[in-house]
Amino acid sequence: MPPRICALCATNKAMLKRPKTGQQICRDCFFYVFETEVHNTITQSNLFKPGDRVAIGASGGKTVKRNQQQYSMPLKILSYDELYGWTMDAIVSQVGKKNNCTFCGVFRRQALDRGAAMLGVDHIVTGHNADDIAETVLMNIMRGDIARLGRCTSICTQGEDTIKRSKPFKYAYEKEIVMYAYFKKLDYFSTECIYSPDAYRDLEAARPSAIIDIIHSGEAFEIREEVKATQKVQQTCKRCGYMSSNDLCKACTLLEGLERGMANSGITDRGRKKLEAEGPAPDNLRTIPFYSGAATIAVETVPDQVPS
Amino acid sequence: MPVVAILICHQLRLASCVHVLKVEFSGGLELLFSNERSHKLGVPPKIYGDTSSDTRPADITFLIHHLRDNRLKERVELFMEGGTLRPGILVLVNDTDWELEGEGEYALKEGDKIVFISTLRGG
Repeated sequence: MPPRICALCATNKAMLKRPKTGQQICRDCFFYVFETEVHNTITQSNLFKPGDRVAIGASGGKTVKRNQQQYSMPLKILSYDELYGWTMDAIVSQVGKKNNCTFCGVFRRQALDRGAAMLGVDHIVTGHNADDIAETVLMNIMRGDIARLGRCTSICTQGEDTIKRSKPFKYAYEKEIVMYAYFKKLDYFSTECIYSPDAYRDLEAARPSAIIDIIHSGEAFEIREEVKATQKVQQTCKRCGYMSSNDLCKACTLLEGLERGMANSGITDRGRKKLEAEGPAPDNLRTIPFYSGAATIAVETVPDQVPS
Repeated sequence: MPVVAILICHQLRLASCVHVLKVEFSGGLELLFSNERSHKLGVPPKIYGDTSSDTRPADITFLIHHLRDNRLKERVELFMEGGTLRPGILVLVNDTDWELEGEGEYALKEGDKIVFISTLRGG
């Protein structure tokens, strides 16, 4: 097969097929278009202001520690064990291999906000890419979670007392991010999840543009006012102070289930009813340290437990 | 059968009988291959189909099966699915996206560098 020529510069050998457009482009043109697109995403939505103190949210072990050295940036590590008293291994041994994604996802999200509050930053950026967001759109549609459907495509989310969060890679395909890291010799590790090896996405195989199309559909979704009015108002968790649409936030609900030996209570209706039938949470239940939101610089001590 | 082809090669011990390749795993995929990122291995230029007269060049599809049978140490389901490479694993042929090189049908050549990068993560 003769080498294909770059569709942009018409000079160099094409080295990558862009999933977004199907274009075949060379390495240099790829760097240019990829960086320009992410840059435009950032500037068009005014993500950063001069003087912003920005934290990068990352999950993973060794690679993150290596990145810290490579980029000489301060690193704050928070473990599930430290925050919730449960390691992921311990959670999996309780709930099995099927439902542990729920625990990991909920615990990770809260850990990120808590870590950011400890550091006193203004803004958290995460590496969510177009593939991630398309998956979330589909998941929220299937669950009928219109509140999250509205939020999940926003490049930037900020509640009243939460730290601003943004996703500068919102329109960047995972494949291109990985290729970029490879060509630039950046240290990249996909943190393959060892607890749930079957969690994967395969939208792209069907039709690469499907990913962007799904994001656009998610953005264009309009919820009728009457339906909106029936949505629960955001409040703070009575036990830990984190934002929640119920009396207890999802992390506290899940943690209570774990602590009381009924891990399913936070996942299925039947599990929840069983837990409720056992009566209220005992006073000595282990809980998450109280979250005082973005204004706090450091959360060191465990305040008195708030009765549920 | 691919396996037959390798046996013949080893028996003949002809240097010209194998293409030496450099295979690399990254993005976490190396964990399935003895935690070694870089592997050197030889493949026969031609492999046999159902009959001895039915031959085709050793291609990436052959390489994927060969790696599974000879180098993969654990969790095959993270590398292959339904008899082919698991979706979400990127393949580069001498640093070029394999989608530009005929994907699985790319005929391997002496000295080729084939890179497998996992982009898969849990939810």
